[in-house]
Amino acid sequence: MTSSSGPSYTPAPGDTSLAIELRGISKAFGPVQANKDISIQVKRGTIHGIIGENGAGKSTLMSILYGFYKADAGEVFIRGQRTEIPDSQAAIDAGIGMVFQHFKLVENFSVLENVILGAEDGRLLTPSLAKARKLLKQLAEDYEMDVDPDATIEDLGVGQQQRVEILKALYREADILILDEPTGVLTPAEADHLFRILKGLRDEGKTIILITHKLREIMEVTDTVSVMRRGEMTATVKTAETSPEQLAELMVGRKVLLRVDKAPATPGDVVLKVRDLRVVDDQNVERLRGIDLDIRRGEILGIAGVAGNGQSELLEVLAGYATATGSIQMNGQDIDLTGHASDAQTRRARSIAHVPEDRQREGLIMDFAAWENIAFGYQNDPRYNPGLLMDHAAMRQDCTEKMARFDVRPPDPTLAAKSFSGGNQQKIVLAREIERNPDLLLVGQPTRGVDIGAIEFIHQQIVALRDEGKAILLVSVELDEIMGLSDRIAVMFDGRIMGERLPSETNQGELGLLMAGITNGTAGEAA
Amino acid sequence: MSFLEILQILESSLRLATPLLLACLAGLFSERAGIFDIGLEGKMLASAFMSAAVAAYTGDVWIGLVAGIFASMVLAAIHGVASITFRGNQLISGVAINFLAAGLAVVISQAWFGLGGRTPQLQGPSRFSEVTLPLADAVSSVPFLGAIYANLISGHAILVYVALLCVPVTWWILYRTRFGLRLRAVGENPAAVDTAGVSVVGLRYAAVMICGLLCGLAGAYLATALGAGFVKDMSAGRGFIALAALIFAKWRPWYALGATLLFGLLEALGNRFQTVELLGVTIPTQFMQALPYILTVVILAGFVGKAIPPRAGGEPYVKER
Repeated sequence: MTSSSGPSYTPAPGDTSLAIELRGISKAFGPVQANKDISIQVKRGTIHGIIGENGAGKSTLMSILYGFYKADAGEVFIRGQRTEIPDSQAAIDAGIGMVFQHFKLVENFSVLENVILGAEDGRLLTPSLAKARKLLKQLAEDYEMDVDPDATIEDLGVGQQQRVEILKALYREADILILDEPTGVLTPAEADHLFRILKGLRDEGKTIILITHKLREIMEVTDTVSVMRRGEMTATVKTAETSPEQLAELMVGRKVLLRVDKAPATPGDVVLKVRDLRVVDDQNVERLRGIDLDIRRGEILGIAGVAGNGQSELLEVLAGYATATGSIQMNGQDIDLTGHASDAQTRRARSIAHVPEDRQREGLIMDFAAWENIAFGYQNDPRYNPGLLMDHAAMRQDCTEKMARFDVRPPDPTLAAKSFSGGNQQKIVLAREIERNPDLLLVGQPTRGVDIGAIEFIHQQIVALRDEGKAILLVSVELDEIMGLSDRIAVMFDGRIMGERLPSETNQGELGLLMAGITNGTAGEAA
Repeated sequence: MSFLEILQILESSLRLATPLLLACLAGLFSERAGIFDIGLEGKMLASAFMSAAVAAYTGDVWIGLVAGIFASMVLAAIHGVASITFRGNQLISGVAINFLAAGLAVVISQAWFGLGGRTPQLQGPSRFSEVTLPLADAVSSVPFLGAIYANLISGHAILVYVALLCVPVTWWILYRTRFGLRLRAVGENPAAVDTAGVSVVGLRYAAVMICGLLCGLAGAYLATALGAGFVKDMSAGRGFIALAALIFAKWRPWYALGATLLFGLLEALGNRFQTVELLGVTIPTQFMQALPYILTVVILAGFVGKAIPPRAGGEPYVKER
């Protein structure tokens, strides 16, 4: 393998079977030590996974390797040779390509323009574009990466955009490719396609580093895996010799339950009844095209789908901050969809609680203290307003109690929301909504950007609420979460419900097809 | 209205559109790179003063032109340091430059010449004279085309032709060169440029300095070609009209030519028709002269359809964590 892939490189004094070796990398952002004395070896021609929780320092480490940040200490060896990487250009010159989690594409440029940007041949564009067009065609054939070279980026789906990022790296003749959380925005089918591409690239002798927090991906596609926790590298193991449970334990530092532990649901009366719900947005595009849903007491209805297929609009309408047409009944009574009685305040009064998808933008005010945040939406509660002025002491006391019950760390009500980790921020929002004992809980992306340990806790809370006989509408782009938590699954695509399934009677493959808008003849109404 | 009268109005439109066009293209370079620049006005004014002062002193308009460009580029560099290096607020920096230029020009002018804030009248070689294009006199008797050539196209200061030439050149740079591609990219998504291994800071400084150069040309044209010397506040809001034209033009060079010619035409009409009778009502002079400014307000209020500015415009580039 090494003999066939490396003839063009100058012989290195070190170990030439290694594509990358990092020794003693440290990096601090202010008081936060993002990377602590990290050493890692990545063999040439392998797919090497780096797994860890949010904030474990994976992205920082790779950004150092790509010259986006400068390490405080440590050495980088590429193909056995000590290499200084002061900026991205140096990384590119060393044959490293990076696909960032948030794509670095110019949205209103064509695919070709994006590919050549920064790697043009000469001062004039025309020859560069012609050369790139030819090469792109070749790459498309070699790795099934078909992308229209003249398409504008913003017109492409995320899967295609990601391919452009990979093409950018290959155009720069990268033979070490780093991908940061590449599947977060992809459908399962797109993710499988990506993995096929990556395996193809590996078989060509390229080295791939895959950063992810999803255990399933690591098990599926990598050869070796390194685990990071709190800025430190805790282990590097061969994928074939490990298990998801072991990796999770290495990531979190204790045993975690990966499966959601819940009893079968015992659904009761219909709590929420949605009929022919339609939403038209500012650009006159219909975002919801006639949604029909029933949610019963004591069940969790999961809405699966790729982000941007109407799930957000559905939550916004139900929570009362977007207008719509159609009808919604809560406990048998109609709910106003327009007018002044359709705001979030009224919805709360009807016992609908909402944990928004984007907790930092909609769920919390990041600069406000936890005790203030925990009162938002319920600020008119008589307990907080004994007289003319608000009773801050009571609010703080209330917050302290809720923080204790939801295991928010640190349990300090005076701390600003932004000072908590993602998981603890989410617990604050959950505590605020669940503790009001709502009949219906709307939850959007409950574990986005949340550590594995906190995911376990959040899932337990949601199941506990269900077991109390409450109805729960769960929206998530994480298929594993939908499968594990829901009692019934509805798949959304392009503003419609493509079908409903029972978790026990479906699989990722079938749901993935529905998420892509594909229904076969037999897939009609189920359950 | 006779044909010759129309030609005269168009000829005057072209002369009045020239400083707008230069300033508009200046703004185009800067904003396409993601640096908002409301300091066009100040840079023009600085250049107008410096070119007139140096031309009056040396008696050579070309030296004056170089001095004017230098003054404008110094201000551009200040804007660059404030908004690129120190990631300051681009609007505040621009406002500061406008005040700085308006104040300094008058103060220095008074100190040097003692004429109440103006420079001496420029005459002869200390001012750009009108260039008669070849054959203009010979063909002037040819009906229509000859008259257009002799009266409209020929007989302008050299900077008018430079400004017109700047339009295709700007287009070519933006859409046909590596520099142009990177410049447009850095105004849309600097992170894409950064991760592609190209210096965001370098590109933005280059754009800001080109902006300074073009504003310098615009200012020098005001004081040494359109006028004959520097007068207090002589740019008269042209920097802001150029910004409106830039929005009107949707940040594209050829559209910029059209937009600035429209503004030039309105100004020319206002100058030519001091009073107009329309349907028995006399339209006051003030209204006619306010036309370009009224159009500016209309454009800025968004009556001309959606204009999407460069997406990273106004945002200092900071690597995300």
